[in-house]
Amino acid sequence: MKLLLNLLKTPMFVIGTTIFFGTVLVALFAPMMYHVDIIARVGMPYMPPGKEHLLGTNHLGVDMMSLLIKGLGSSLYVGFLAGMIATVTGTLLGIYGGFKGGWQDDFITLITNLFLVIPTFVVLILISSSLKEGRSLALIAGIIGATAWTWSARAVRAQSASIKSRDHIALARVNGEGTLKIVVKQILPYLFSYVFMVFIMQTASGILSEACISMIGLGPYDTVSLGTILNEAMRNEALGDGAWWAFIPPMILITIIVFALNFINTSMEGVFNPRLRK
Amino acid sequence: MPIFEVDNLHLHYLTRFGAKIPAVAGVTFSMEKGEVLGIAGESGCGKSTLVNGCMGLFIPPLWPTSGNVRVDGESIMGRSPKDVRKNILGRKVAMIPQGAFNSLNPTRKIKDQAADMIVSHESNVDKKALYERLRQRFDLIGMETEKVLGAYPIQLTAGTRQRCVIGISTLLDPKMVIADEPTSALDVTTQKAVIRMIFDLLDKQIFSTMIFITHELPLLRHVANRIAVMYAGEFVELGTTDQVIFDPRHPYTKALMGAMLSAEPGQRQRKPVAIEGAPPNLAYPISGCRFAERCPQVRPECRVNKQEIRIVADRQVRCDYAE
Amino acid sequence: MPSETTIFSAKNLTCVFGHGKKSTKAIDDLTFSIADQEIVSLVGGSGCGKSVLAKIMLNLIKPTSGEFLYKGKPIIDQRFHWREVQPVFQDPFSCFNFFFTIRDQLKASFGIMKTKPSKKEMEERVDQALLAVNIVPSEIQGKYAFELSGGQMQRMLLARIFILRPAVLIADEPTSMVDACVRASILDYLMKLKKELSMTIVFITHDIGLAYYVSDRIFIMHRGKIVEQGTPDDVALKPKNEHTMKLLDDIPDIHKNWISR
Repeated sequence: MKLLLNLLKTPMFVIGTTIFFGTVLVALFAPMMYHVDIIARVGMPYMPPGKEHLLGTNHLGVDMMSLLIKGLGSSLYVGFLAGMIATVTGTLLGIYGGFKGGWQDDFITLITNLFLVIPTFVVLILISSSLKEGRSLALIAGIIGATAWTWSARAVRAQSASIKSRDHIALARVNGEGTLKIVVKQILPYLFSYVFMVFIMQTASGILSEACISMIGLGPYDTVSLGTILNEAMRNEALGDGAWWAFIPPMILITIIVFALNFINTSMEGVFNPRLRK
Repeated sequence: MPIFEVDNLHLHYLTRFGAKIPAVAGVTFSMEKGEVLGIAGESGCGKSTLVNGCMGLFIPPLWPTSGNVRVDGESIMGRSPKDVRKNILGRKVAMIPQGAFNSLNPTRKIKDQAADMIVSHESNVDKKALYERLRQRFDLIGMETEKVLGAYPIQLTAGTRQRCVIGISTLLDPKMVIADEPTSALDVTTQKAVIRMIFDLLDKQIFSTMIFITHELPLLRHVANRIAVMYAGEFVELGTTDQVIFDPRHPYTKALMGAMLSAEPGQRQRKPVAIEGAPPNLAYPISGCRFAERCPQVRPECRVNKQEIRIVADRQVRCDYAE
Repeated sequence: MPSETTIFSAKNLTCVFGHGKKSTKAIDDLTFSIADQEIVSLVGGSGCGKSVLAKIMLNLIKPTSGEFLYKGKPIIDQRFHWREVQPVFQDPFSCFNFFFTIRDQLKASFGIMKTKPSKKEMEERVDQALLAVNIVPSEIQGKYAFELSGGQMQRMLLARIFILRPAVLIADEPTSMVDACVRASILDYLMKLKKELSMTIVFITHDIGLAYYVSDRIFIMHRGKIVEQGTPDDVALKPKNEHTMKLLDDIPDIHKNWISR
């Protein structure tokens, strides 16, 4: 409670959350207020923003505003899902390795380090391009999550290894608590704020990763995301035609979301980490 | 002229709700060059707050209420923390902290951290001369120079680490050194090694005047010339080492000496006497003597009359009934 | 011969950390025994292996080789072992989780008991234990570890022992983090525990003066070995081993010349 109050006193946190939840609200509720149609051709190709179409149309004459709202939702969904997968996997493995120690820890550390040196983006491209059919949003999120967990695993491992040496763990053991109970009661509370921060960062990087692979044409094939809008715009000479409304708005949206998440993360670090408190 | 003077110093913490909590109240002492003053007291008695006050370093929520601190006749009060760090710390007053692990950066070599100390205080230092100077100093203070300078803190033992901290904090030949429980985290053997090094530095005139803070009165018997006993933000007794250790007059000092243990014939039969209760909460105003609640010789008047320093048997005692 | 009245007995006990070249022998070929209701002090500087030995006694570390028996039998059922042997650690602040109240954590120690008492009885026993260490239960009601002083926290650890009433107490430097004046009261409570529960106490410290005061027998440890053992009077007043002499010499006693300047 006190932490939350402290957070709410941090301007950075307030700005970050306001922006971020603003985008979430838009993604959730805008379709109810605005007629979103991403299939119907409602106008001429590359119509500039005007009264009828607030952000103009794309190369097929589809309303850009509809595309953006739909794409925003998809991007947030992918980011959230990927962040979830990466954080949960990473946290579980990190805690297991850090707490268990011994060869299990060595093995997990080895795998983590292996994954860290492999350029994940290349792996991302390879996996996505090998899946010609059925690239759904959830699958993309899964792929991103599967390549990004190493980062959180490493961070969590270091933290849990340092908590492990605290005496209350030993005391819990002689109280007869099992390993699972110790992890849940004695380690997770200490890691919670940290894991939450990792989750936010993973969400942000998930959104970015999705945008990147979609941009080069390896994104979901059955729906629209901010990345695929960029891809479409790139493929259809939006830049050459001077149709800035086809690529600038999605770019700004991505930047705003990631920026807001980073803001939240930095401000939380200041509150959670007493050393950074001034 | 005294080299270090603390004149009726009052310090307080400002809470978030605007309340003032007095942490140090009316501390007065002065030190001549070459003197070692020991300050003893239990945790929470204001020792560490007094240290910050003696350096003139006031970082919120700590604020000076009144009083003055002078080094060599020059007041060091009323400066910004930045100014204090640049011009006072290290040169005029150096501080040896308790946990060497927390005061050294684990990711940097000892020599770089030592170099920082010089670079942050002096302009235009030649890098080559700088390291030569470090090497000379570490040789002089009896460290294994080559091994220690190139090492990361984690590669050194706790004792060596603490000695490095001492070496680094006295690099600029400070006029005054304040050691805040420098040996409390160490075992007895390492403690002795660290004390021996401090004595060595004193002998070599790297610094000559020191305040040594600890909760172990017996240790001060060997370190200090004079001892001040602190309780709840006040000095309750201030006298020479022999006076305080062998002939304490304030009930609190007596109690501290009574709680002591040692390996001597007959000691097993003598029970150490614990001081029951806890120090008063300074957030609430205290009328009367601050030690009254725990004092074995308490009288009804003690809870009413504020105790002032008076001279008993050639030393200062803050107790109206001490003899 | 190890029997019912021998609490711990060790034969050629060795504990090695790490592998290959980097390995260190924390415990090196120890053979000793500790009798029932005895107070034994393990004394040595940092890194002498005394804390590792304490963890072996608590069954938190398995020895690499050698035999370690509790009451003449190897430790198989660890829950049974922890019902009998309980610790008090050095740093009371790291012994309590900052996310639960102290009272809740004291109650968690009932978990090791064979049959958990009823809720009401649990509360009563916690209250009794707190009173035994001179703390008014309402004083810590709803409080967390960081809200109490070091001396109070150390007493919480002792209260835990009053709740569990084990046969053996492993006290790992219980007074090294507290002030000199609190130290005496912690020792008082230890003696009270010993008297009331007729416990065996293994007292670990680096201060031979403290060991001299509390124990029936002193083991001096150095680099994983016991270099001298005997009664406090023998070890502390007529030391034979150089390490013992050094430990004695290093205590800043007020009556002797400790360091010359």
